[in-house]
Amino acid sequence: MTPALAIDGLGVAFDDFVALEDVSLSVAPGGSFGLVGESGSGKSTLLRAVAGLAPASAGTIAVDGKVLGSKRDKAFYRKVQMVFQDPYGSLHPRQTVDRLLLEPLAIHGFDDAEDRIVRALDEVGLGSGFRFRYSHQLSGGQRQRVAIARALILEPSILLLDEPTSALDASVQAEVLNLLEQLRAARNLTFVMVSHDLAVITHMCDRLMVMQNGRTVEQLTAADLAAREVTQDYTRGLLAASEGFRRDV
Amino acid sequence: MSALLEVEDLRVSFPTRTGVIEAVRGVSFTLGRERLGIVGESGSGKSQTGRAIMGLTAEHGVIDAKRLEFSGIDLLKASKAERRALRGKRIAMILQDPKYSLNPVMTIGRQIVETLRTHERVGRAEARKRALDMLAAVQIRDPERVFDLYPHEVSGGMGQRAMIAMMLIAGPELLIADEPTSALDVTVQLDVLAILNRLVADRGMGLIFISHDLRLVSSFCDRVIVMYAGRIVEELPAARLSEAQHPYTRGLLNCMPEIGADRHPLPVLDRRPEWRT
Ligand SMILES: Nc1ncnc2c1ncn2[C@@H]1O[C@H](COP(=O)(O)OP(=O)(O)OP(=O)(O)O)[C@@H](O)[C@H]1O
Ligand SMILES: Nc1ncnc2c1ncn2[C@@H]1O[C@H](COP(=O)(O)OP(=O)(O)OP(=O)(O)O)[C@@H](O)[C@H]1O
Ligand SMILES: [Mg+2]
Ligand SMILES: [Mg+2]
Repeated sequence: MTPALAIDGLGVAFDDFVALEDVSLSVAPGGSFGLVGESGSGKSTLLRAVAGLAPASAGTIAVDGKVLGSKRDKAFYRKVQMVFQDPYGSLHPRQTVDRLLLEPLAIHGFDDAEDRIVRALDEVGLGSGFRFRYSHQLSGGQRQRVAIARALILEPSILLLDEPTSALDASVQAEVLNLLEQLRAARNLTFVMVSHDLAVITHMCDRLMVMQNGRTVEQLTAADLAAREVTQDYTRGLLAASEGFRRDV
Repeated sequence: MSALLEVEDLRVSFPTRTGVIEAVRGVSFTLGRERLGIVGESGSGKSQTGRAIMGLTAEHGVIDAKRLEFSGIDLLKASKAERRALRGKRIAMILQDPKYSLNPVMTIGRQIVETLRTHERVGRAEARKRALDMLAAVQIRDPERVFDLYPHEVSGGMGQRAMIAMMLIAGPELLIADEPTSALDVTVQLDVLAILNRLVADRGMGLIFISHDLRLVSSFCDRVIVMYAGRIVEELPAARLSEAQHPYTRGLLNCMPEIGADRHPLPVLDRRPEWRT
């Protein structure tokens, strides 16, 4: 089967700093792939490279078997949407939620905008009371949910999710994760998801990659991680640190 | 022991075209030289509580309280200049949106150096060295490189750590940390908590730790406040978070994914109207 997303030998450099080196992964249609690892290890850079927002210096990225060039066209963004790590930077502060959701619909020529906006807000647990708020009048988690709604509203087939629930309390996180899973099942969506929360990754993903310093540490299945069947010390360290803070150390 | 911070019946509201939004509706607590955790629903007023203490509420917001006192200073009566003098030096806040709060046109290093130099008389070389040391302390891999980067050139977690470094370098007596580790991998997270822990234990800093990470809060803090819809619904010792009584808190504990647990879909809350009162 042709993978929905195949990355082969990807490298990204910013001047002489190498942010990603020789990274490869492949996700089947309807699959869900997790990225975890050290802060600054290149997880966001990897997603941004797929979205055409970081300069690839080596390797190839293919969507549905077609290798992407350096430019992404409108059809690409119809198919591939990204939820950015930083919900503040990705939403224009002086726009209402309504405008933020309308914009992608207008660009891609959807005609039932009204219905879609109401439904999208409802799905992420923000009632229509939030529709005419400005994004700077929202809490962190409310903004993050608007960013998710904005990505989902175009019904993409591949979703790149960069820490999509990092600003949400556990109850809203559960709702958003359930929504994402349900959409994945209903629309055969493909996910690549970054999270520092190993429990979230094992809950949502079939396979995952552990990253450190721009490189792959290991790739494994979520089941292996849950069973603590890992091969690298770095991954073991992450598992241990997931238990919480210990005052004695 | 006299309290470092006393908050009594704090209210924050925002008049808007479509009515008044009551973000904080009567919050009271006192803080000593300890680690106080605040958890709660998204939009429940955690950040706005912190911002009101800092004097960083948005222009049109209305603040009201029976008492808002830091180290004997009445914050409600303090002038703008007095508030500014407290901010950064004696009270600091790590904002929830670090990359957005950093100055986009100034390098990370310069921002830390300038913060230090507005609060302390130190020479350029000394300031640079202390900034680099602080970046290293928060586990930045290559402090020399990151010192010269602009905020848009660092990762989410690096921006968060730059903000932490900037807030800690002035040595505040009270630190409000709003989701300070939400973008950090779990190992770096523990290193940052260890730094905060030392500041509380050795220097007697008071810490308000706002987080939705229940595991971290219960293992790190002394006490926890649980907020829902602008109010405190429960307060308990952090280590006994699992014995919480309020249905919101109980629900929260139940809907976290766990490594190895296979619960699809995750349980969700049935939010009751009576929780809001
Ligand atoms: N525009 C840029 N210019 C220079 N360096 C950059 C740029 N963008 C990213 N980098 C560097 O690339 C590295 C990887 O960053 P990236 O944002 O991908 O990390 P990450 O794994 O997402 O980390 P986090 O978990 O903290 O978000 C960092 O060292 C960062 O400083
Ligand atoms: N400038 C503003 N104008 C109007 N309403 C606002 C403004 N800022 C915040 N609010 C509202 O006040 C409420 C409390 O916001 P706050 O940022 O304190 O929430 P929070 O508990 O920090 O949530 P989160 O966990 O999502 O960050 C929210 O409902 C938010 O929409
Ligand atoms: Mg990132
Ligand atoms: Mg907040």
